[in-house]
Amino acid sequence: MSDWDVEKIRKDFPVLSQTVNGKPLVYLDNAASSQVPQSVIDRTSKYLAEEHSNIHRGVHYLSQHATTAYEAAREKVKRFINAPDVNCCIFVRGTTEGINLVAHSYGKGFIGEGDEILVSQLEHHSNIIPWQVTAEERGAKLRMIPINDRGEIMIEEYDKLLNERTKIVAVSHVSNSLGTVNPIKEMIATAHKLGVPVCVDAAQSVPHFPVDVQDLDADFYVFSGHKMFGPTGSGVMYGKREWLDKMPPYQTGGSQIRTVSFEKTTYAPLPAKFEAGTPAIAAGIGLGAAIDYLNSIDFAAAAAHEHDLLEYATARLADIPGIKITGTAAEKASVLSFTIENVHPHDIGTILDQQGIAVRAGHHCAQPVMQFFDVPATARASFAFYNTREEVDKLADAVQKVIEVFA
Amino acid sequence: MSELNDLYQETILEHNKNPRNFREIEGADKQAVGNNPLCGDALRVFVRMDGDTVDDVAFKGSGCAISKASASMMTQTLKGKTREEAEAMFHEFQDMVTGKLDVETDENHLGKLKIFSGVLEFPARVKCASLSWHTLNAALSGEDEVSTE
Repeated sequence: MSDWDVEKIRKDFPVLSQTVNGKPLVYLDNAASSQVPQSVIDRTSKYLAEEHSNIHRGVHYLSQHATTAYEAAREKVKRFINAPDVNCCIFVRGTTEGINLVAHSYGKGFIGEGDEILVSQLEHHSNIIPWQVTAEERGAKLRMIPINDRGEIMIEEYDKLLNERTKIVAVSHVSNSLGTVNPIKEMIATAHKLGVPVCVDAAQSVPHFPVDVQDLDADFYVFSGHKMFGPTGSGVMYGKREWLDKMPPYQTGGSQIRTVSFEKTTYAPLPAKFEAGTPAIAAGIGLGAAIDYLNSIDFAAAAAHEHDLLEYATARLADIPGIKITGTAAEKASVLSFTIENVHPHDIGTILDQQGIAVRAGHHCAQPVMQFFDVPATARASFAFYNTREEVDKLADAVQKVIEVFA
Repeated sequence: MSELNDLYQETILEHNKNPRNFREIEGADKQAVGNNPLCGDALRVFVRMDGDTVDDVAFKGSGCAISKASASMMTQTLKGKTREEAEAMFHEFQDMVTGKLDVETDENHLGKLKIFSGVLEFPARVKCASLSWHTLNAALSGEDEVSTE
C-alpha cells in the first residue's frame, strides 16, 4: 500500500514497540481491544493531571473546564458518525452497556406480550442475552435470523421473519467472530417498511470504516471506545430522538433529573436522561481524542491497508494444509477466524503467544456461531491499520510451527 | 520452540493424540460434566467403583491438548486407587498447578503427573490442566456438573 505509511503510523502506538516472550510483539487481537495512540494517552493524562473534576455540577473553574472537555468529546462523536443531534449521542461504558440500555428501555416502553424480537445468529452474546432477558420479562418471543455456510445473514429468511408482531431487530454491523459485514442499510430499510426500528451493534464497524448513521437510517447505533483506539470504559449509544424521547430511563440517580420529590421525579432532557451518575470522564475525553486521531489519518487508506492485510493473510493461511478458515463472507472486515485440524485453538493461541503473536482463541462470546460451524472454538487474528504484511508472515510461519508441534 | 518444552512435552502431545480411556463407561456409578466457560470446553468423566476402589474411569469430550492429556493421564493413574487416594491426588494436583506444591521438594504421590507442573508458567492454561480433576472430584462427590469459573 504505497499511500499508507504503516511504519510512521506504528510510531504513534507506544505499546507496539515492545517485545513479548523475547520476540517483537505482533498484536493481532484488535477485535477484542485495539491499542491506544500516544495522543489519546496524552489527552487522558492531561485531563487527570490538570483538569479533573466532576462535570455538570460545579460552578468552579475545574468543573466547568471538565464539562466543556467532556461535551466537546460528545460533539466529536456526533460529527464522527454524522448524528443529526449531539444530544442523541449517549455516553455509555461500552457496547454491552449500550445494548442493555436499549433492550431495557425500549423493551419497557414498546415491547409487550406476544411481540417478537429478531436477532441474527451471528451476534455476540452481548447482542443476544439482553434481548433474551427483555423477551422473558415482556412475554415476547426471541426469533433468530439464520446464517449460511459462509457466515452471511440469510436475507430472504430475514424478510420472512419480519412481521407485524416484530418490535425490534438487533443485528451487528460487522460480526466479531467472523468479520462478516452485514447489509444493514438494506436490512434497516426493510424493517422500516413495517415501522420496525433496528438496533445495530457497531462495536466492530467504527474502527474499520467511516459510518453515517443518517445514511444508514439506524434507529440505535452502539459502539465501544476501546475497539476504536480509545480507552476502555468509553462508548456511545446513538439513538433517534423519536425513540429516546419516549423511552423510560435505564439507570436513575444523580445528573439525570429535572426535579425530585418523594412524590414524583421528572427527568432531564437528552442526553442527561440516560446518563445517571458520574460518568467515566477521562475515558469519554479519551474517546474524543481517539476520534481526533482517526480524523487525522487517511481513514480510506487505512481501510484499504486493512483489506490488503486480510486478503494477504487469508491467502497465506489458506495455502497451509490442515487449516480451515471459518467465515468466508463476500464482504468482510479484517477478521480471520481459523482452525487447524486436530489442534485446539487454545493450543494455537499459546504457541503463537510464545512467538510474541497475540491472537484470540475461544468462542469469541458467540457460542451460537461456533455451534453453527460445529467447532468448540476458533483462533482469530484481527488486523488494525498498524499491522503489517511482515506480521502476517510471522503469523503464517508460527501457524506452520503449530502444525509441526502437533504432527 | 524451547520455551514451549515445559508445556508441550512429548508425553502430553502423545496423550493428546491417543487419549487413553477416551470412552464412555456403561453403567458408571458416578459421572459429572466439567465446563470451562472461558473456552467453552466440556468433558464428562465416568467412574465405576468396586466397593471403595476405582474399578474403571474414563472420559469423553472436547478440549485442548493440555486438558485432554491431563484427563487421559488422570484416568491411567486412578485405576485401582481408593476413593481416598483419588481425592488426595486431586488436591495434590490442584496444589501443584496453582504453585502451592513444589513437586521437586514437597512430598507427593503425583508420579508421571508431575509433567503438568509446567502449566505454572502459563496461567491462562492452569484451568485446562485441572478441568478433568475438578470433574472427577465432582463425580466422586455426587455432583453432576462443575465449572472452572
